[in-house]
Amino acid sequence: MGDVLVFAEHVKGKLPKTTLAGIAAGKQAASRLGGACHAAVLGKGVDAVAAEVAAYGVSKVFVVESDALEHYVADAYTDALAQVVKDKGIEMLVATSTAVGKDLLPRVAARLGAGMASEVVHFNEDGTLTRPMYAGNVIATVKIEGSPQVVSVRATAFDAAKKEGSGAVEKLSASLDAAKLKTRFVEFKETKSDRPVLTEASIVVSGGRGLKNGENFTTYLEPLCEALGAAMGASRAAVDAGFVPNDLQVGQTGKVVAPTLYIAVGISGAIQHLAGMKDSKTIVAINKDAEAPIFQVADYGLVADLFKAVPELTEEVKKLKH
Amino acid sequence: MKILVPAKRVPDPNSTIKVKTDGSGIVTDGLKWVINPFDEIAIEEALRIKEKLGGGEVVLAGIGSKASSEQLRTGLAMGADRAILVVTEEAIDSLAVARILHKLVEAEKVDLVLMGKQAIDADSNQAGQMLAELLGWPQATFASQVELAADQKSAKVTREVDGGLEVIELPLPAVVTADLRLNEPRYASLPGIMKARKKELKEIPLADLGVDTAPRLKVVKMEPPAKRQGGRKVETVQDLIQALHSEAKVI
Ligand SMILES: Cc1cc2nc3c(=O)[nH]c(=O)nc-3n(C[C@H](O)[C@H](O)[C@H](O)COP(=O)(O)OP(=O)(O)OC[C@H]3O[C@@H](n4cnc5c(N)ncnc54)[C@H](O)[C@@H]3O)c2cc1C
Ligand SMILES: Nc1ncnc2c1ncn2[C@@H]1O[C@H](COP(=O)(O)O)[C@@H](O)[C@H]1O
Repeated sequence: MGDVLVFAEHVKGKLPKTTLAGIAAGKQAASRLGGACHAAVLGKGVDAVAAEVAAYGVSKVFVVESDALEHYVADAYTDALAQVVKDKGIEMLVATSTAVGKDLLPRVAARLGAGMASEVVHFNEDGTLTRPMYAGNVIATVKIEGSPQVVSVRATAFDAAKKEGSGAVEKLSASLDAAKLKTRFVEFKETKSDRPVLTEASIVVSGGRGLKNGENFTTYLEPLCEALGAAMGASRAAVDAGFVPNDLQVGQTGKVVAPTLYIAVGISGAIQHLAGMKDSKTIVAINKDAEAPIFQVADYGLVADLFKAVPELTEEVKKLKH
Repeated sequence: MKILVPAKRVPDPNSTIKVKTDGSGIVTDGLKWVINPFDEIAIEEALRIKEKLGGGEVVLAGIGSKASSEQLRTGLAMGADRAILVVTEEAIDSLAVARILHKLVEAEKVDLVLMGKQAIDADSNQAGQMLAELLGWPQATFASQVELAADQKSAKVTREVDGGLEVIELPLPAVVTADLRLNEPRYASLPGIMKARKKELKEIPLADLGVDTAPRLKVVKMEPPAKRQGGRKVETVQDLIQALHSEAKVI
């Protein structure tokens, strides 16, 4: 017996798909542990978000509000979240492996003296967990010793939780000592884009070094994304070269995506890139090198010069949609 | 300023990783080993800070088998001043790593810990955050830029996060973990390699530290991933559209 607590991350007052996947994971965990699945919402002015989380079939939503929690910072959030875990006798803390989840969960685990497993993709009946290692070259069965347990989950491995029932919202008082908090949030430089968010989209078009420069992303990939309603992604090489912003990187050490359609353009298919997209439903590769490793995972491979093929493809997609 | 940089020995990211048939681990025969790429970036950043300040010390810390001294020597050849290797043959998890580093940080009285965001073998991405917590220090993970204040009492760090870049300011001492864009690590020069041979590399048996390193995270077994079946090549864009529309039904 043991209860699960899901850290429910919210972005601009909304629940991203990654959070709904986290809630689904928390429910899977709770069913294995034979306990309830609760959620924690932290922040400032979060009543509406908390009510929304409650609608996704969690037992209780614990809310901690404080000025110190207005912007995410690790030390303040660790104080608040660890407090909820302790006060509520939680057996397992779960969050999605987003940038915030990755930053926060290990710190909370250390506060609790708890073992932690990252990027878990399955909670097994016998209490073990499944997670990839070595850029997905290894699928490991792992076990966390002791209690509580801390688990970050990979969003793509869990179907988003559905609205069902309504849990109770319980406000907890924050005992955050503002004077002890050291980190100061300065600013957020948002990547402006009209495209869907990479981790939310059902179609992703990614570009690699083959695009040659940033303008070509705009000239060649943007219109294809537009026509397909797709999010844009990139390889590390394209990001390192400054063609596109950092948060578009797909891969072992970037974002993991699993859309229904993933189109890799001018990407060779290094193992580190495959680690972030090989669970996509349908994979298309466009590359001028017939030997490129990306073709080994592609359902449909087109050996072609992308500067010719991509505009053609864009036109064909537009025709199809009319 | 004294900077500690933990550095882990990991398989070369370009090598092919195979799982042993009994599922007990990976096949290590013939593997090439390197410094964890993110730790290499952390070493580079520490060296740049030292160079900019015109003084200070960069101390490397490895935890693992004696073979890890090879990677620490490489770090010394890049320009680090000395290294400590905590010797153990046991598998240790990130919490244990953080506890060991905690001891070293206290013994060495460092002002800044610069480390990798993630070891590319276990892909945990935990030790830096855990160390910061154990020390009660602020943390800045996934750093793409680190700016020290003139008085060396604080740092402004740009972080690679979802949806853009975040800037935070934290007082030192602190733990900063490196992301890919922080810098491009230098290669060890020949004179650097020569010099590194004479630099101090102190080995400490893990037992001497008196730290609880019993793993909280145990690997029960390893398996190769399910192989994704490659599909087929299409000849033209028309064929591709046809396949996506009528066969895969994804557009
Ligand atoms: C620690 C570490 C972490 C990493 N993490 C990641 C990660 O998260 N994500 C990631 O993607 N990578 C990651 N990498 C990098 C990875 O190993 C590869 O270097 C990278 O994915 C290569 O990017 P690319 O395919 O765009 O470039 P390249 O490998 O250079 O491939 C470019 C491709 O474009 C094709 N091309 C060129 N011109 C044209 C044209 N006109 N038309 C059609 N095709 C063309 C070429 O045939 C080639 O196949 C990591 C590496 C390390 C060491
Ligand atoms: N055995 C080790 N020796 C030295 N440093 C380590 C070791 N394991 C982890 N680290 C450091 O902790 C960082 C994060 O590791 P991890 O939590 O395992 O992903 C790495 O980039 C290293 O800087």
